Amino acid sequence: MSIEVKHIVKTFDAFKALDDVSLKVQTGELIALLGPSGSGKTTLLRIIAGLETADAGEILFQGNDAKDKKIKDRNVGFVFQHYALFRHMTVAENISFGLKVQPKHIRLSEDKIKAKVKELLHLVQLDWVGNRYPSQLSGGQRQRIALARALAIEPKVLLLDEPFGSLDAQVRKELRQWLRRFHDDLHITSLFVTHDQEEALEVADRVVVMNQGHIEQIGTPQEVYHKPASVFVLNFLGNVNLFRGRVIDGKLFLDHSGANLSQGGDLSNIKPANLYIRPHQLDISRHPQGDNAIKSIVKFLNLAGSSVKLDLSTEFGNELQVEITQQEYSQLKLIKGENVFVCPKDVTFCEYEI
Amino acid sequence: MFLLKQKSTLPGFHLSLGYTVFYLSLIVLIPLSMLFIKTSTISFSHFWSVVTAPRTLAAYRLSFGAAFIASVINVFFGFLIAWVLARYSFPCKKIVDALIDFPFALPTAVAGIALTTLYSSNGMIGQFLYKIGIQSAFSWTGVTLALIFIGLPFIVRTVEPVLQEIDPEIEDAASSLGAGRFQIFFRIIFPAVLPSLVTGFSLAFARTIGEYGSVVFIAGNMPGKTEIAPLLIITKLEQYDYSGATAIALVMLIVSFLLLALTNFAQWWASKRIGMS
Amino acid sequence: MSSLARTESPVVRRSLIGIALLYLVLFIFFPLFIVFASALQKGIAVYFNSLINPETLAAIKLTVLTALIAVPLNLVFGVAASWAIAKFDFRGKNFLLTLIDLPLSVSPVISGLIFVLIFGLQGVFGPWLRDHGIRIIYAPPAIILATIFVTFPMVARELIPVMKAQGNDEEEAAITLGASGWKTFWYVTLPNIKWGLLYGVILCNARAMGEFGAVSVVSGHIRGLTNTLPLQIEILYNEYNFTAAFAAASLLAFLALLTLIIKTLVEYRFRAELKAVRKEREH
Repeated sequence: MSIEVKHIVKTFDAFKALDDVSLKVQTGELIALLGPSGSGKTTLLRIIAGLETADAGEILFQGNDAKDKKIKDRNVGFVFQHYALFRHMTVAENISFGLKVQPKHIRLSEDKIKAKVKELLHLVQLDWVGNRYPSQLSGGQRQRIALARALAIEPKVLLLDEPFGSLDAQVRKELRQWLRRFHDDLHITSLFVTHDQEEALEVADRVVVMNQGHIEQIGTPQEVYHKPASVFVLNFLGNVNLFRGRVIDGKLFLDHSGANLSQGGDLSNIKPANLYIRPHQLDISRHPQGDNAIKSIVKFLNLAGSSVKLDLSTEFGNELQVEITQQEYSQLKLIKGENVFVCPKDVTFCEYEI
Repeated sequence: MFLLKQKSTLPGFHLSLGYTVFYLSLIVLIPLSMLFIKTSTISFSHFWSVVTAPRTLAAYRLSFGAAFIASVINVFFGFLIAWVLARYSFPCKKIVDALIDFPFALPTAVAGIALTTLYSSNGMIGQFLYKIGIQSAFSWTGVTLALIFIGLPFIVRTVEPVLQEIDPEIEDAASSLGAGRFQIFFRIIFPAVLPSLVTGFSLAFARTIGEYGSVVFIAGNMPGKTEIAPLLIITKLEQYDYSGATAIALVMLIVSFLLLALTNFAQWWASKRIGMS
Repeated sequence: MSSLARTESPVVRRSLIGIALLYLVLFIFFPLFIVFASALQKGIAVYFNSLINPETLAAIKLTVLTALIAVPLNLVFGVAASWAIAKFDFRGKNFLLTLIDLPLSVSPVISGLIFVLIFGLQGVFGPWLRDHGIRIIYAPPAIILATIFVTFPMVARELIPVMKAQGNDEEEAAITLGASGWKTFWYVTLPNIKWGLLYGVILCNARAMGEFGAVSVVSGHIRGLTNTLPLQIEILYNEYNFTAAFAAASLLAFLALLTLIIKTLVEYRFRAELKAVRKEREH
């Protein structure tokens, strides 16, 4: 089922949680709503589920207005941040709850419900926990039971609020990949909320980056990472270095670099700009290469990991973060306190000053 | 008056709130308002003469005075007990902790006859008190003793959770900054529990000024001397002096409401000061 | 969890514990002890004989009847009030809470008086009721009404914090799974608050059976007819029939002890449950 959200506005007391938010989700997509806390992502999710009502705007399910639809008629499965498992019921009772509360004339028979619970437990790979209580399960297991419970009512849309938020780092990673494969098998339209950029980039088909009640960018993980639409997205999706510079005739010059601007041609075409460059887009060499090389001193080296991370300080006192491959490192054989030259290979984002 | 701030998906708001307000009005608000309606039919001079009659004043003095003294005593000992329960461990602590609520759970008439038996001149405690010249029953002392019994749980139960919630690290921090045990108590702990002491005091005071059952047996019930205000109300009622009873009751009710306001203020103060609710 | 900064010297500690315990023994344990001691003073046979006195039995019957009516009514109110207050956010909530607690700060005698002012002979409905031959004051209806008034907030007060602590998550989950409001309440909310509910009911019941001041004002003290157990105790005591008075009192004292035991159990269960909820949220 496709979901379309149009011009949604929601205020809590004086706080504007959502300010004119529009979003279209195709059938079968897996979408991440990514943003810092207070960005409105959970509110948007709850509005789609019908757990909150918007002050203004429309929600369309498969092109039909869902505004007057009650929660139970929306056919939405919701997985809560803290799972919200019924503590006094066993896992099996939790999963079958949605089936048992159906009106009598459409309710499945006891046997069919039992079979369905078994099937769902198998699906989330927890066949053996049916008779346990939620308190006897680990966090990751509870999360999967919460998912099974939501799936029992065969929802057309699955909504997950910070699904991995309360789990340990290790379990989190496993569950993340599991959810990805799970979605590939079932292909149910899904939205999940997260504040973890790595999680969003790794799992989702498309990422919706939110900030202060509005959407900053919608795009594939690649798009939002490599072609951020705003400084916010850029900053939120990873480390970045800021340079002041000028663009002259489409060519880039960093301030404080060795480039001599007076030779640069037509001065009326000079545009001052803020240039944002990711750590891996900076090159390091022992000798200045090209116009934009900046003399820096190595302050700190982090050798643990697949790449080498360097903290540098430029001769003008700015801090830089640079990432190079282990191979490059072993060729350069850098040591702390050494002078090097930094040169940008590429610019992620360029913000012109008006 | 009661407006939902946020629409909620949970059903039943109007039904449950509607029933709450309806039942509240029927059982509490309308009956209580009768007291004010009845008062409005009494001329002011009559009202004044009733509430300033020597017998009424003596009854107020006893009810308010003994309640005040008992509550002050309980503030000290209640704090001490709350402290001991919150901080130390000792044998049978669970039982002791449970028994704190006993005066609250015990019907007042039972408390009344038990306390009277205990403190009368040949009672288990009374015989010793009478020997040293303390008339512990049928007197001001007796009323105060009964009210100490009634008021104790209110103070312990308000202060205890606050004492428990004081972050131990704060005390460690104060100590690492060079504060001694007494300084920690008076500068860190005491200010933190002060609002709860005020709340506890006003709760106990409010409860004890109107107390009847546990006091009426141990008070001497001598008009002008050992007669408590609630008993005077009953006496007036038995003489079919409804307006007299109402006048005396209204003054007590207003004092209770003022104390209620004080309680709310103390709680508001606490929440402002330390961000607790 | 002991730290040097947080402990007093053993001498101070022991004396504080000593003083606290002495105070408790004097003011709580002795009164408790004297009730049972006086009741059993003349032996177990006299104790039981004094309990099966017809007037005492009639008083017990009226007391039970009163509680049977007052407690369910206040239970329904308590559930409705705590649902509205704990699950929703609305203006005027604190004011409503204050109003609900009002009966607790009204002297029991005044609680009785207001019903005399309404239904008594000189009261608002007094003449009309007399003309129609309906007795409310000095009859069971007024006793029941006064008891409802006095025990009014008992269930609500216990339930509101319990329901608040549970949060709305599980109810919301039930609703997204298609449960109706009633089913959500019945299958999800109720099992979660059952201990708090039980304690509220027990406490309400103890107060209903033990109410003295308010009932004393409206009852008329007609032996065998309008005497509840606490009023019967008063009469027996004033007649110097101490053993019978304390025998009847021991029943109520026993009820009070039972209430405390249940309270301790409930708190233990509830604390464990709360801990589990908190742990889940923090993790």
